[in-house]
Amino acid sequence: MTMTVKHHLTEPLLMAYAAGTLPEAFDLVVASHVSLCDSCRAAVEGFEALGGAVLEDMTEDLDLSDASLEATMALIAAGPAEEPAPIAVRDPVLPGPLVQYVGGGLDAVKWRSLGRGVKQAILPTGSDEATARLLYIPAGMAMPEHGHGGMELTLVLQGAFADEDDRFARGDVEIGTEDMEHTPVAEMGADCICLAATTAPLQFKGLVPRMLQPIFRI
Amino acid sequence: MPSDNTATARDNWTELLVRIAEHRDQSAFAALFRHFGPRVRSYLMKSGASPTMAEEAMQEAMAAVWHKAHLFNPTKASATTWIFTVARNKRIDAIRQQKRPEPEELPWAMSETPEQEEEVARMEESKLLAEAIGKLPERQQKLIRLAYFGEMSHSEIAADTGLPIGTIKSRIRLGLERLRYEMSTKTV
Ligand SMILES: [Zn+2]
Repeated sequence: MTMTVKHHLTEPLLMAYAAGTLPEAFDLVVASHVSLCDSCRAAVEGFEALGGAVLEDMTEDLDLSDASLEATMALIAAGPAEEPAPIAVRDPVLPGPLVQYVGGGLDAVKWRSLGRGVKQAILPTGSDEATARLLYIPAGMAMPEHGHGGMELTLVLQGAFADEDDRFARGDVEIGTEDMEHTPVAEMGADCICLAATTAPLQFKGLVPRMLQPIFRI
Repeated sequence: MPSDNTATARDNWTELLVRIAEHRDQSAFAALFRHFGPRVRSYLMKSGASPTMAEEAMQEAMAAVWHKAHLFNPTKASATTWIFTVARNKRIDAIRQQKRPEPEELPWAMSETPEQEEEVARMEESKLLAEAIGKLPERQQKLIRLAYFGEMSHSEIAADTGLPIGTIKSRIRLGLERLRYEMSTKTV
């Protein structure tokens, strides 16, 4: 799958994704990157195996009543929990997990204009700790100022953007922190489409960014 | 058809999961439940669930193990690892009330190694990993576990263990490095 990814997720982020401790918006960026990156996929699988070892190693409160098994058998008899069928659309720009959140391919995205051709679409996630959005930046335009003193992950899906130091193309993730100041610009060529996850500004003093801080800085 | 060879190479839990998937075998499930049920419940409690909530979520997770057993692929993950992912997803759903975005499945590709070898490799890796964790100093073991229970920031872990944040980060990293070393010195 991957040929050109240069900017990967950090090990602590991959571990936190495998452990299931990130806000949903960040999970979405990780799942999307992993869909495009075999080495990060292998790392996630490794961290899941580590989770398996942690589970196997649990030593406290291991007593179990027969009633517990009976109740579970009753649950099983009641049938599987209803789960919406995954959307089977394959899109050349949106990886599988994003197709689920958009409800289809790129043509199903409900863009809202931010002016000068820049568009965004906020993707609904189950927690307000962090927000996920798709960004559309016409080639040659500066990236909109969407950092606001929080943590941010930006995954490029189409086109590329560059700042003074680096270039980010499809599959690359830029990891931003609040004290990062730069003005990336979308390259000429294809318009740039990115998935960005940011911590909610009002919760900056709350638990989640505190939780994420070491992950971003590690 | 699995040969006798496969049957003996398969570890107990893998065999039980396959019996659930292929034959809806209730006694296989009961055996799996007695081992993993309490572990999953303990994991959920460590992750911040009350005993009642943990019991309930554990039952739902184990019911999901039954219903999803056909999705278990022993060449991709060991039984323990797969059950961990089911329990983790239940935790995200029940305790954090979030959805879990999963990566796209890799397109089917011809693997260079036969399936049976892949399956044995996954089991071996899991065993080695558990042994490797057991060899880490107690403090590193504890910190790696805490990272999986979540709901605890590094600073809260600091308060709990009395270690400064910088030390914790480097201990976790050191722990991971040692694990990787342990794993790389074993031929899987
Ligand atoms: Zn990667």
